[in-house]
Amino acid sequence: MTTEHLFDLQKVAKRFVKGKDSITIFDNLDLSINKGDFVAIMGPSGSGKTTLLNLLGGVDQPTEGEISFDGQRIDKLSENLLAKWRANNVGYIFQFYNLMPMLNAARNVELPLLLTNLSSSERKQSVATALELVGLADRAKHMPSELSGGQQQRVAIARAVVSDPKLLLCDEPTGDLDRATADEILKMLQLLNREFGKTIIMVTHDPSAAKYANRTLHLDKGKFVDRELAA
Amino acid sequence: MFSFISQTWAVIVMNVRSLPRRLWMSLAMVLANAVVVAILLAFLAMDKGFEVTLKGAGSDDVALFLRGGSAAELNSGLGRDQVNLIATAPGIASNANGPIISAELYVIVDGIKRSTKTEANLPLRGLELTGIEMRNGFQLQEGRMFTPGTNELVVGQGVLREFEGFEVGNTLRIGKSEWRIVGSFSTGGNVFESELWADLNVIQSVYNRGSSVQTVRAKLSESGQLDAINAYVENEPQLNVDVQTEKAYFAGQSKNLSYMAWFGKIISAVMALGALSGALNTMYTSVADRAKEIATLRTLGFSTGSAFLGTLVEAMVLAMAGGLVGAVCAYLLFDGLNASTLGGSFTQVVFSFQMSGDLIAQGMKMALVIGFVSGVFPAWRAARMPVLLAFR
Ligand SMILES: Nc1ncnc2c1ncn2[C@@H]1O[C@H](COP(=O)(O)OP(=O)(O)OP(=O)(O)O)[C@@H](O)[C@H]1O
Ligand SMILES: [Mg+2]
Repeated sequence: MTTEHLFDLQKVAKRFVKGKDSITIFDNLDLSINKGDFVAIMGPSGSGKTTLLNLLGGVDQPTEGEISFDGQRIDKLSENLLAKWRANNVGYIFQFYNLMPMLNAARNVELPLLLTNLSSSERKQSVATALELVGLADRAKHMPSELSGGQQQRVAIARAVVSDPKLLLCDEPTGDLDRATADEILKMLQLLNREFGKTIIMVTHDPSAAKYANRTLHLDKGKFVDRELAA
Repeated sequence: MFSFISQTWAVIVMNVRSLPRRLWMSLAMVLANAVVVAILLAFLAMDKGFEVTLKGAGSDDVALFLRGGSAAELNSGLGRDQVNLIATAPGIASNANGPIISAELYVIVDGIKRSTKTEANLPLRGLELTGIEMRNGFQLQEGRMFTPGTNELVVGQGVLREFEGFEVGNTLRIGKSEWRIVGSFSTGGNVFESELWADLNVIQSVYNRGSSVQTVRAKLSESGQLDAINAYVENEPQLNVDVQTEKAYFAGQSKNLSYMAWFGKIISAVMALGALSGALNTMYTSVADRAKEIATLRTLGFSTGSAFLGTLVEAMVLAMAGGLVGAVCAYLLFDGLNASTLGGSFTQVVFSFQMSGDLIAQGMKMALVIGFVSGVFPAWRAARMPVLLAFR
């Protein structure tokens, strides 16, 4: 079943069980996301945005239901297979960048490539290309602590794209940045979407950030509410 | 496989580079390991040094007579009359000059250690040429034997090596008298090498001992056979001596110290447990400190194995660093340390702590075990770290 769908979610349920209590975040959630989409997920705090992103990114698994990625089920993969799947298919961009503080920018960007069989010179080449793309070629040797928030997030974007995954997942990528810097980052994501064909799924609280996406999903109490906007 | 190595290596590098964040804890772990290893090595080196020094010193062919009730040579004393009675005992080998016996006396003199420039006690033994012939493995290394009746002495290789100013040709001032060092000797590394030897009569007169000695050594006509001598000693009321083979004497001396070696091992084991619990605490803290980084790497697709190994290797590296520091300190502090400084009833047994590659390997093994045990449980926790932590 190869389609133009990158993701197909069918009857997905997610419950967190703590002792006797069980919190249902989603119940019976259906969703399709097209290849090449730039999707923004919005909604009030606690509505399950991060939980959904984690399911899509294979860092969490649904309690029930099916999640297919490019026609392949990922909801029942073992932990190590999921790690491999993430390494091959997903680039993550975190709200707080999550750079390794003891590694310089280039070494941070190189991390996903350590999971491949590329030689060290091939890795260097890819790192240089990725840093070039985010406009930080001249900061390769800088430590994260020597970079501004926006620059750190650009390094994180370079790290997310360096191994050329199909999918970029961003959880409030601009949540910690000022307006101008946020716009810079969002333009960069838009470029990656338009010029490089990356499918991007981005959680955000910020309506002006959502404008960069070409599809916006509103999540409320574990359900999509019908307010889809086209860009 | 290649990827597993490269990601694990990267995790190890990151862990080691993040050590400054946990500087004091990590240093405490290194230090605790260093102390444990140093103490273990000190006792092992003492044990080893003592064993080497006494092994081969005692001969089964030689009977050693001490005054009745005296545990060691230094506490013993025998008058001329006793020596004469011993000479007539049965079971003693003889040659053209009569029974082969050696009456001996030793005194304590000061030497300056090369390593620490501190004073330590050395035995200056007065004996006759027959006594020298009784020493296993005796070999003149340099110069010549002392001339009986003169203030000449020969110096053991151990003394020459560890102490200042005993080179052949030197003149030594000991108390009021001057001595000329005319030769050096070895006895294959055993206890006698830590002595200075001079003529018995000269020692007796310089130290005003009249004709008294401390010990008599007698060559047995039959190796290990003391029955005849024992019977003779019992039936001779004039004679108040204990007799045993020289080998038995030194075995008894070394037994006293092997208790100390056991004591040392127990102390080290208890301290190792203390170091281990500290190290476990350090490593659990390390995992907690790196939680977000571990989770982020797992999100990127790094394997659980790399998180596990990275933590384990960090623990091993810290423990090994401690082990190395401990071994180096133990080597500098204890190797060649003269045990006469221990005092007590062992002053007379001059031996050196001996640090060897073999012992250092034992110390490092101990450090590795501490490192492994203190690493493996926190490493398991690191491997089980929830990936979702990366998103907090
Ligand atoms: N591991 C967990 N165990 C129990 N409950 C959880 C867990 N993770 C999330 N939840 C709960 O699930 C609900 C949705 O959480 P989620 O983080 O997905 O919300 P969100 O939409 O991302 O909110 P925010 O905008 O504040 O980031 C919340 O009520 C949260 O408390
Ligand atoms: Mg969230």
